[in-house]
Amino acid sequence: MLAKRIIPCLDVDNGRVKKGINFVNLVDVGDPATIAAEYESQGADELVFLDITATNQKRSTMKGVVERVSSQVFMPLTVGGGIKSVTDMQELLRAGADKISLNSAAVATPELITEGAKKFGNQCIVVAIDVKRNAAKDYYEVYTHGGKTATGIDALEWAKKIVELGAGELLVTSMDKDGTKSGFDIELYQKLSILVDVPIIASGGAGTSSDFADVFQKSAVDGALAASVFHYGEIAIPDLKKTLRDQGVNIR
Amino acid sequence: MLSIIDYDAGNTFNVIKAFKHLGIEVQLTDEPEKIMKSSGLILPGVGAFGPAMATLEKKGLIGVIKKVVLDNKIPLLGICLGMQLLFEKSSEYGSHEGLGLIPGEVGLIPEKGDLKVPQMGWNENQLKKNETDFAFIADEYTYFVHSYYAVCDKQYLISTVDYGVEIPAMVQNKNIFGTQFHPEKSGAVGLKILKTFSEKVVRQ
Repeated sequence: MLAKRIIPCLDVDNGRVKKGINFVNLVDVGDPATIAAEYESQGADELVFLDITATNQKRSTMKGVVERVSSQVFMPLTVGGGIKSVTDMQELLRAGADKISLNSAAVATPELITEGAKKFGNQCIVVAIDVKRNAAKDYYEVYTHGGKTATGIDALEWAKKIVELGAGELLVTSMDKDGTKSGFDIELYQKLSILVDVPIIASGGAGTSSDFADVFQKSAVDGALAASVFHYGEIAIPDLKKTLRDQGVNIR
Repeated sequence: MLSIIDYDAGNTFNVIKAFKHLGIEVQLTDEPEKIMKSSGLILPGVGAFGPAMATLEKKGLIGVIKKVVLDNKIPLLGICLGMQLLFEKSSEYGSHEGLGLIPGEVGLIPEKGDLKVPQMGWNENQLKKNETDFAFIADEYTYFVHSYYAVCDKQYLISTVDYGVEIPAMVQNKNIFGTQFHPEKSGAVGLKILKTFSEKVVRQ
């Protein structure tokens, strides 16, 4: 059966991986290709590169990053951040990306999802949703622009809509959980997986290996994404995979 | 020379990069003369069956591929949609005739329970043929992205994966090979498949 996916996420700024990455034996910790190769050797199932570069000028360097990574690392690569047109998507796919992740642009221009899906296939189009629980009105609210802008959009309704528009996968980050290391927002993923029938990637809250086991056992997500726990070596992917396997989760 | 057939059907770049990484010389071409002179062929493919066959036909490549493979016995590897094209026909958006190099048909993966279509991710290969240079694929996970799958006689199976139905993952009919998965995205085992195939080419 299909294995559950473990997905490290790398923030890339002007062609270099941002945030400290504490792998042993890595000479140049900022080089995306070196870091990608290290994650591949550890057994990551997929990599997400998020371009956090603020200016469009520097953004074209992302193509070069994807080109270099995909020449050395032979696993699925998702690229997101600042993608605003089908041309942007095409350039990154030609550079070697397998999937394109849309976030703010999908909210601003939902047609972009359909255009991308028609041209490249649904499986190429990931829509990332940043979600925060709105306690006053009791719903999950969609945020954009790196979690800075509240949209008033109901995340569960949005998820259904973007799948109808052609999204082939949802990457859902719980802003309430992100950075807390208190576990994934299992209730959110349980609700989402009933509503949509495309793969869901859980993100936000990973602190320990058992958090991953929990989200896979208690919700129907297909993958779990994390950044800092992998980058800082707090969770080693081989150990994580062993824990998951021991607990009966289907892992590569 | 190993030729990757260029017929505008999706991402050939990653296949080329994988061969480059292995130090194996390949050319991307749609020229019949070059294809006729090749020592091995790769038929990649992402997209839909009907348009892919139509493009091969428009480029005048169907007869060329059949001649090279059937008369000259040159090894061919079809990848993903490229593997599906090797079969006789497909029911993807209508009924389409394939290359007919392996007996069998291509149909939609049935939706069963929680299984999502397309199958997207890593699945574990069950070896179905012991006398093969690809036996190392046993119990290895490879990367799949597809909604349609081949139905063929078990004599053509090298490996299968379980996705509600038994899905042919790697197939072979004499000098004709196909992988439903993407070897160029399947890590070390994927590269080993490309390398093993290229060694068959050299041996020809």
